[in-house]
Amino acid sequence: MAERVGVYVCHCGSNIAGKVDVEEVAKWAGEHIDGVVVARDYKFMCSDLGQKIVEDDIKKEGLTRVVVAACSPHLHEKTFRRACANGGLNPYLLEMTNIREHCSWVHKDPAQATIKAKALVSAAAERVKYQEPLEPMFVDVNPTTLVVGGGIAGLQATLELADAGYPVVLVERLPSIGGHMAQFDKTFPTLDCSACILTPKMSEVGQHENVRLVTYAELEEVSGSVGNFKVKIRQKARKVDYDLCTGCGVCIEKCPRKVIDNEFEAGMGTRKAIYMPFPQAVPRVPVLDTESCIWFERQRCGACQKLCPTDAIKFDQEDEIIELNVGNIILATGWKPFDCTKMPQYGYGRLANVYTSMEFERLCNAAGPTNGKIVLRDGQTVPRSVAIVHCVGSRDLNHNAYCSSVCCMASLKMAHLVMEKTGAEVHSFYIDMRTNQKDYEEFYQRLLQEGVKFVRGKVSEVTDAARAPHEAGKTIVQCEDTLTGRQQRYPVDMVILMGALEPQADAREMGLKCGISCSMAGFYTERHPKLDPVATMTDGIFVAGACQGPKDIPASVVQGAAAAARVQGMITKGKVMIEPVVAKIDEEHCSGCRICNNMCPYNAIEFDATRGVSHVITALCKGCGTCVSACPANVISGAHFSNRQIFAEIKGALWDALGAEETPVSAEMSAP
Amino acid sequence: MSDDTFEPKIVGFMCNWCSYRAADLAGTARIAHAPNIRIIRVMCSGRVDPTFVLKALSLGADGVMIAGCHPGECHYIEQNYKAMRRFHMLRHTLRAMGVEDARVQLVWASAAEGQQLAEAIDRLVADVKALGPLGWSRNWAENGARLQALEDIINEHNEAMEVPR
Repeated sequence: MAERVGVYVCHCGSNIAGKVDVEEVAKWAGEHIDGVVVARDYKFMCSDLGQKIVEDDIKKEGLTRVVVAACSPHLHEKTFRRACANGGLNPYLLEMTNIREHCSWVHKDPAQATIKAKALVSAAAERVKYQEPLEPMFVDVNPTTLVVGGGIAGLQATLELADAGYPVVLVERLPSIGGHMAQFDKTFPTLDCSACILTPKMSEVGQHENVRLVTYAELEEVSGSVGNFKVKIRQKARKVDYDLCTGCGVCIEKCPRKVIDNEFEAGMGTRKAIYMPFPQAVPRVPVLDTESCIWFERQRCGACQKLCPTDAIKFDQEDEIIELNVGNIILATGWKPFDCTKMPQYGYGRLANVYTSMEFERLCNAAGPTNGKIVLRDGQTVPRSVAIVHCVGSRDLNHNAYCSSVCCMASLKMAHLVMEKTGAEVHSFYIDMRTNQKDYEEFYQRLLQEGVKFVRGKVSEVTDAARAPHEAGKTIVQCEDTLTGRQQRYPVDMVILMGALEPQADAREMGLKCGISCSMAGFYTERHPKLDPVATMTDGIFVAGACQGPKDIPASVVQGAAAAARVQGMITKGKVMIEPVVAKIDEEHCSGCRICNNMCPYNAIEFDATRGVSHVITALCKGCGTCVSACPANVISGAHFSNRQIFAEIKGALWDALGAEETPVSAEMSAP
Repeated sequence: MSDDTFEPKIVGFMCNWCSYRAADLAGTARIAHAPNIRIIRVMCSGRVDPTFVLKALSLGADGVMIAGCHPGECHYIEQNYKAMRRFHMLRHTLRAMGVEDARVQLVWASAAEGQQLAEAIDRLVADVKALGPLGWSRNWAENGARLQALEDIINEHNEAMEVPR
C-alpha cells in the first residue's frame, strides 16, 4: 500500500520563517514529493494547536506517515511522537527534520536556505515511507542512587533522596565529606559561619539510615544504562579499619610526623601523617598517608598501631573494589581552584605576601592554622593595607574565558572580614562588579558604605620592586584605573588573588566513564541550558553543582535538590522507556561468518555454535548500528536506521542534484 | 572545471551524540556556515556503511562529510574507531576510482564544538568548490549502456553471493 505522508513545516515564529520561505517549502512538498497527501505550514507546530493539526490529519486524512520540519529532534521529537500516538499512529512513523538549527539559523541567503529546507524535507519524506512501527521497551529502575562527590551539592542531593526514603550511596574522593564549603570561614551575603550551616548536614548524611557513605574512594567504572547501572568503586586503603575505629583520635595525637596540609589547609597549616582533615570530619575515621608515614618509610615507629585501643590500624590494608548496582547517578564532583602560579606577573609563589583566595579563607577561618588571625606569612604582622585582585584566570582569554561568578561576592566578603578583623585599608581591583542574586547588590552597597576602595581595572603587575621610598618593603599593585584613565601604583601589605573556579582535573575522564560530555571549558554539558539544567544527554546521569559550571553555595544547593527531584521522579515511576533502536539479525540468512561478533563493544552479539548463526541479545544492544554496516551479507537490520531508510534519505537530500530525480539506480537497489 | 556559480552538494553523516549536536549548537549559537551541506543523522559514525558514501556520490553529491565523536569519546565506547578504519579503506577504494581525497572527509566534533564543525563544513565546501563537480550521476543520465552494465554486475554479484533481496 502506498504510504500517505503528511508534511508539516513550522514557522517557529520568525525563527524559521524569517529566513526560509516556509509556505513555498510546504507547497513544494505537496506537489513534488511522492506520497505526500497533506502539506501545511503553521506558526508554532509544537503548540497545542499545532499538535492538534497533526492529530486531526492522521484521523481525517488517514495519514500513515508524518514529517515535521521544525527544530532539532533532540528538542521536540518526543512532542510530535506523542502527537502521533494521540492521533492513533505508531510514534516511530514520525520523522523530524531540522530546518532551524541546521538551516534558518546558520545560513545567510534566504534562497539557498529555502532550497536546503526543501532538501531536508524531501530527505525526511523519502525516509519516513520506509520507517516501521516500533514498540518501546521498558526496564525496571533500581531505587538506589549513586551520588559522586560529597560537597554541598552532593550532600543536598543525598539528603533529599534519603529523606524521601530511597537508598543512596555517596562516594567521596577525600577522607571526609564537606567539600570546599568546609574550608570557608563565612558565607556571603549573610556572613553566617560556613561550618555552622554545613556540619549539621554532614553529620545527618553520616548517620542517615538510607545513606551508605563511601569516603576516600573513587568511581572507577560505570556500565549498564539508565535504571540499571553497574558501578565499580575503588575504596582506597585508609590503613585504618573502618568498623573497628571509634574515632578517639589517639593515633593522631601520638603520631610524631607533621607535614604541610596542601589539601584542606591549602598549604597554610599542618597535619599529622595519620589524620582527619578537620575536627568535624565525617566519617570520624582517620586516614594514614603512606607517603609521609615513618612506618612506610623505614618500618619504624608504629606508634598509632601500638596505642590504638581497638587495634584498628592495619598497615597491610589494600585498596578494595566495591561493586554496586544503582538506578541513577548524580555527579556532583565540584571544582578546583585556578593555579595562580600560571600568572607569574601576579607574583604568587614568588612574593611572600601574595595569597590565593583559598589560602585567605583558611587564614581567616576561626578553626584555621592561625585561629582566624589575619597575619602575614611571618605569622605575626597584621596587615595595614590589603589589595584584592578579581578575575585571576577568569574572563581572561589566556586562561579561562568564562566568569567564575562567585569571586565578586567572595571578594566583598573577604574585604568585610579584613576590615572587621584588622581595620586595614582594602583596595578591590575589579573589571565589573557582578552581584546579581538576591541580597547581593545590597551587600555590595554595604561594603561601599564600609569604605572599601574599589578600583575599576585589571591589575597588570604585582611586584616588590619599589620605585619610591614609601613603596619600600611593600608589595606593589600596578593597575590602570579605567575610570580616571591613569596608571596607579598601590603599595600594600597583602595581596589576595581571586583565582578562577576550574573544572576538576579529571572531569573529562569522569565524564567519559559516565558517557557525558564536557563543554570547551571542561564543565559538564547539561541536556538543555535553560530547560533541563541538571539532566545530561545520557539518561540516568544527572549533574549538580560546580561541575556543571561555576556557582555559589545557594545555586549548588538548588541543583543538588533539583537532581534529586529528577531521580525521585524516575524511581517513583518505577520503569523507564528504552528506545527500541536495536539491531536484529535475520538468522535464516546469517552465514555465521562472525564478523559482527567482534564489532560489538557490549558483547551483545552471541554466536550459536549448534546452528552456526549469530544473534543479538536485545537487552544488551544499545543501537549504535556498527554491526549493521559491518555485515557482509546485509542480514543485520538496525531498527529506525535501516539501510533502506538511509538510502531513501540520501536520495531525498539530493533531490536537486543532477540525476537524482530520474534516479535510475533505485534507492532500494542494495537494501536488503 | 570549477566556475563561480558552482554550488557543490554535500551530504553529511553525523552521529547523534556529538557531531549532530555540534551542528545543533552551531545553530543555537548562530554560527553561519555554507548551506551546501545536508545532514543525515545516524546513531554513531560506526553506522556509516561505506556504501552510504558511494550512494551519495552516485546520486549527485559532490562531497561527503562523516562526523563523529572524538577518538576516545565515543558514546558507544569505541565505534568511531571502526568508522575511522572503514574510512581509510573507503578512501583507498575511492582513490582507485579517481575520486579526490578532499571530497570525502572524516571529521571529529564533540557536542561543544559548534564553531569547529562549522569551520570544517566551510573548509570541505571550499575544497570541493575548488575541485569542481563530481558528476557521477551524469554517467547514468547520459549513458544508458553504462547503467545497464552496472546493474548487470550487481545482479551477477547478488546471484553469486545468494544475497536475499
